[in-house]
Amino acid sequence: MINFEYIRASSVKAAVDALAKNPTGKFIAGGTNLIDLMKRGVTAPTRLIDINDLPLKQVEETTDGINIGALAINSEVSENELIKNNFPLLSMAFAAGASAQLRNMATVGGNMMQRTRCSYFYDTTMPCNKRQPGSGCGALQGHNRMHAIFGASDKCIAVHPSDMCVALAALNATVSISGPKGNRKIPFTDFHRLPEDKPELDNTLQKGEIITGVLIPKNNFNKNHYLKIRDRASYAFALISVAAALEMDVDTIKKVNIAMGGVAHKPWRMTEAEKFLVGKKATRENFSKAAELAMKSAKGYGHNNFKLKMAPIAITESLMIATGIV
Amino acid sequence: MDKNCKNESRRDFLKKSTALAALAAASPALVKAGENDERIAALFEKIPLNLEINGKAYSLTVEPRVTLLDLLREQLHLTGTKKGCDYGQCGACTVHVNGKRINSCLSLAVMNEGKKITTIEGLADGDKLHPMQDAFIKHDGFQCGYCTPGQIMSALACINEGHANSRDEIREFMSGNICRCGAYPNIVDAVLEVKKGGQSS
Ligand SMILES: Cc1cc2nc3c(=O)[nH]c(=O)nc-3n(C[C@H](O)[C@H](O)[C@H](O)COP(=O)(O)OP(=O)(O)OC[C@H]3O[C@@H](n4cnc5c(N)ncnc54)[C@H](O)[C@@H]3O)c2cc1C
Ligand code: FES
Ligand code: FES
Repeated sequence: MINFEYIRASSVKAAVDALAKNPTGKFIAGGTNLIDLMKRGVTAPTRLIDINDLPLKQVEETTDGINIGALAINSEVSENELIKNNFPLLSMAFAAGASAQLRNMATVGGNMMQRTRCSYFYDTTMPCNKRQPGSGCGALQGHNRMHAIFGASDKCIAVHPSDMCVALAALNATVSISGPKGNRKIPFTDFHRLPEDKPELDNTLQKGEIITGVLIPKNNFNKNHYLKIRDRASYAFALISVAAALEMDVDTIKKVNIAMGGVAHKPWRMTEAEKFLVGKKATRENFSKAAELAMKSAKGYGHNNFKLKMAPIAITESLMIATGIV
Repeated sequence: MDKNCKNESRRDFLKKSTALAALAAASPALVKAGENDERIAALFEKIPLNLEINGKAYSLTVEPRVTLLDLLREQLHLTGTKKGCDYGQCGACTVHVNGKRINSCLSLAVMNEGKKITTIEGLADGDKLHPMQDAFIKHDGFQCGYCTPGQIMSALACINEGHANSRDEIREFMSGNICRCGAYPNIVDAVLEVKKGGQSS
């Protein structure tokens, strides 16, 4: 690993200022993604700004929901009673991610900012528009078993690897951001972006900004499930994951939010399927129909064609488990 | 000192630095970023670090890029903690920081200022092994033994976290520790026995 300057920030403002003074610097939180990428030469910041002393570790109830600090630790949020009772979908998604050790290190902000696990992005001898804009996409004609089936471009077919983010997209969370120009809030679903012709940008965070937290609004989702399909039973990234949250009135669906992971450059909300299901009964037939609608814009790239078959089954399955049909 | 002279001395400094090899191996863009940084000398500075490891206080100086794992193994010769992958993928490097299990290969040593670290060397009481160490021996919880220090540190945390209530739960919460020899069933036996004995670290 190339050496770098290391400083510790004591306030959000100090952190933002420290980054402004060194645009080739980066924040470091848990370090579980950044140090990995630095060791492999994928990124080489000249300054690391340690943000672990910032007072952003809270998991607190507010009048309209819950406020989670950007530095809250993944395992602690996952096991927090407020989260387990009111946002079980989020607990399930956390528990499905990485390993117990990594969850003890990873932060909420770091999880949102984690880069793709595309092997062409990791291998610095290979072309990758995300790592080196203009060099091409190795995955497009290459080994793309893990890659996107929704919203990809001919510049990049990488997926966002997070589990937590899929649940937060389904729960209509909001991201709190602080930066040189002040504070702002954006919907979680607008935080990550599609690759289009700028795959080097994973999200809409602007230069010099820091994530300060995530707000999740109260909900009445009484049926939830996070289904994760992977190459081994645990400690592996999702091939496909489905976060399903439903508000049921006996057996009629009053409200439903569904998001998918492992299929796109961002957590993939399935609004058409959601619209279809509102007012319908929770049955396998309705869920399969919704899954069919959700798959309309899907496209395979060869090695990942199996996802075209697996995804609708996963959607149906997750909705069925959530509603207790299976 | 004139401008040339200043540049000269910086180059000399770089030549001497062990980091030169790393810079040379990096992509041209990275080298350029390094050369452009007027304060490059500062980048190679060691910084002070205070830690408590296995109950003993240490005052050290380390380069920022040194991981907690490399500090333990290379600088302090606590080689019980193993390096399997160096990328967070195997769990061989598992240690406890303030009582929580983490992968020491993905933590910079300097990020642990003021913290209490426990490694496999910190478990036994003189010649008397920790009950988890005994249980691994009794149940044949290893073959080559390379993953074992990480397994044992993780197993203790697994019990302390309350995640050792069934074989399935143990398997799930021990999944961050890979064993190439496949000693998994025996590792689960060892964890279950210690859990039932009401032991913790
Ligand atoms: C072997 C392995 C398996 C894994 N498996 C999974 C999995 O199954 N599912 C899953 O979801 N994840 C998985 N992960 C990824 C893990 O969840 C992420 O590495 C972790 O969430 C990153 O958080 P961190 O705090 O460690 O981030 P860091 O590594 O500290 O930072 C990551 C990036 O975020 C930036 N950053 C951090 N905090 C902020 C902030 N507040 N504001 C702005 N920028 C910020 C940093 O500058 C850096 O660029 C795995 C990781 C490993 C190594
Ligand atoms: S050496 Fe740290 S996880 Fe493998
Ligand atoms: S005992 Fe050999 S790797 Fe586990």
